[in-house]
Amino acid sequence: MRTSRIKWHIIVFLAPAVLVYTAIMIVPLFNTLRLSLFTEVDQERVFVGLENFRTLFGDPRWSESFWNALGNNFWFFFIHMLVQNPIGILLAALLSNPRLRFSALYRTAIFVPTILSFVIVGFAWKLILSPIWGIAPEMLDAVGLGFLYQPWLGLEETSLTTLALISVWQFVGIPMMLIYAALLSIPDEILEAGECDGITGMSAFWKIKLPLILPSIGIISILTFVGNFNAFDLIYAAQGALAGPNYATDILGTFMYRTFFGFQLQLGDPHMGSAIASAMFVIILIGVCLYLFGIQTRMRRYQF
Amino acid sequence: MNKARRNPFNLFAAHGILIVYTVIALFPVFVILINSFKERRSIFREPLALPDGESFSTVGYETVFNQGDFFLYFQNSLIVTVASLFFVLLFGAMAAFALAEYKFKGNTLMGLYLALGIMIPIRIGTVAILEMMVSTGLVNTLWALILVYTAQGLPLAVFILSEFMRQVSDDLKNAGRIDGLSEYTIFFRLVLPLVRPAMATVAVFNMIPIWNDLWFPLILAPAEETKTLTLGSQVFIGQFVTDWNAVLSALSMAILPVMVLYVIFSRQLIRGITSGAVK
Repeated sequence: MRTSRIKWHIIVFLAPAVLVYTAIMIVPLFNTLRLSLFTEVDQERVFVGLENFRTLFGDPRWSESFWNALGNNFWFFFIHMLVQNPIGILLAALLSNPRLRFSALYRTAIFVPTILSFVIVGFAWKLILSPIWGIAPEMLDAVGLGFLYQPWLGLEETSLTTLALISVWQFVGIPMMLIYAALLSIPDEILEAGECDGITGMSAFWKIKLPLILPSIGIISILTFVGNFNAFDLIYAAQGALAGPNYATDILGTFMYRTFFGFQLQLGDPHMGSAIASAMFVIILIGVCLYLFGIQTRMRRYQF
Repeated sequence: MNKARRNPFNLFAAHGILIVYTVIALFPVFVILINSFKERRSIFREPLALPDGESFSTVGYETVFNQGDFFLYFQNSLIVTVASLFFVLLFGAMAAFALAEYKFKGNTLMGLYLALGIMIPIRIGTVAILEMMVSTGLVNTLWALILVYTAQGLPLAVFILSEFMRQVSDDLKNAGRIDGLSEYTIFFRLVLPLVRPAMATVAVFNMIPIWNDLWFPLILAPAEETKTLTLGSQVFIGQFVTDWNAVLSALSMAILPVMVLYVIFSRQLIRGITSGAVK
């Protein structure tokens, strides 16, 4: 009698969250994976096994777009890892100096781009880099580097890197904050012990602080990975669903959107869209597993 | 002592780098804002000059107010964000309480199940979500967005809140039980007020991604009467792409609400991140 009553309120507490989460997130996720095994013939859903994936990876019309999007996505991620995270660490290291004044002000200001929507960020940079408005060429002229200016967003060779750097500009606040928090949690005694041994300044950062914040860098890397591999909004806002010029900025998110939702003359195909979503799911899953089993378990965590 | 001698120079360099980066971070916002108050010719002639008596103009804002239904978009965004946050916090806190408070079979498993969604983005399931919303008739309603954002926010909310609920003292809850309070009263009257700071952190974390999302409004609710501010400004700018006054004003108007929220909540947000709640 008593045990059954206790069970009831646990169920009441858990039910809303579990129901919404299961119905809107988990079931559609598996449904999408399932849908990728079907196709539509004469307005009827037919099971075709792995045929969609064979088309996606094998049919030149599809596979070219897919590998292009995947390659672009890896480049997008690579730029983030190479630029965003080192800048984030540098800013955090500077901010964590206890003698630095106005540090709260800097932190707040540098975090501003992160709160802006992709639409604002995409268009703002599009305007600034636009050859029509001329802010970018004029500023380069002012420092004598005018000859360097090119319509970066409009050129196939540079547009993807430019967008990646815009995204870095937007999100650098997140690694900065997380590393900042990690640096603040390092106890003074450890740094003082290092000082007694003559380790100060830069070498204190490289030899003491950096090893201690490695777990945070790991978390940031996996967050960046997951974020980049389902990115869509910035490319869509700046370059549209066709991810121009000539698909040079196409990543998996925009490719999936065009495929399943249709765009201009292309009809939407939910089954191929599901196949791309499944591929994204597998890629993200591999990344998360590599992190959880390959990196996180091997990383030494220090208890203070 | 070596350190003390080198410090002034280091601090000077640190300020230099931080100021440069702050300028880089704020410059685009600044350029958009000042030019939105200028007339067309001065936008092009002197893009970096502040608006003065001669160049001041609000013609862009007039176009925005006359052509776009920004008040409606703003209202939609507000409804979606507030309702989603309400459900994330309520359902998330209830589930977190169940996981933190009661020992039952499958507790750990349930915790892991709910935590799956922290790493797997909900966008992967978009095709099936759209199909479901179409078949239930929820497509082009704000409910579709509210449900999706609630599901999206719950995993992290449960994870963070259950960490905090474990810290609430057992004595307090047991005292309540001895006084004959029901488990529901204990949760709503005793525990919820104590985890309010954690709830605020969760709210701030969820608020910005929901407000700024473009993907789900575009797919689930693109109708004119359900457009959110983010989608509405995207469409508006797409249509008025050559009317620079209108584009700049629309951008400024989209920046304004988030900036206000950020100024109000920035302390909470930064404290939330730096308290290690996301580790």
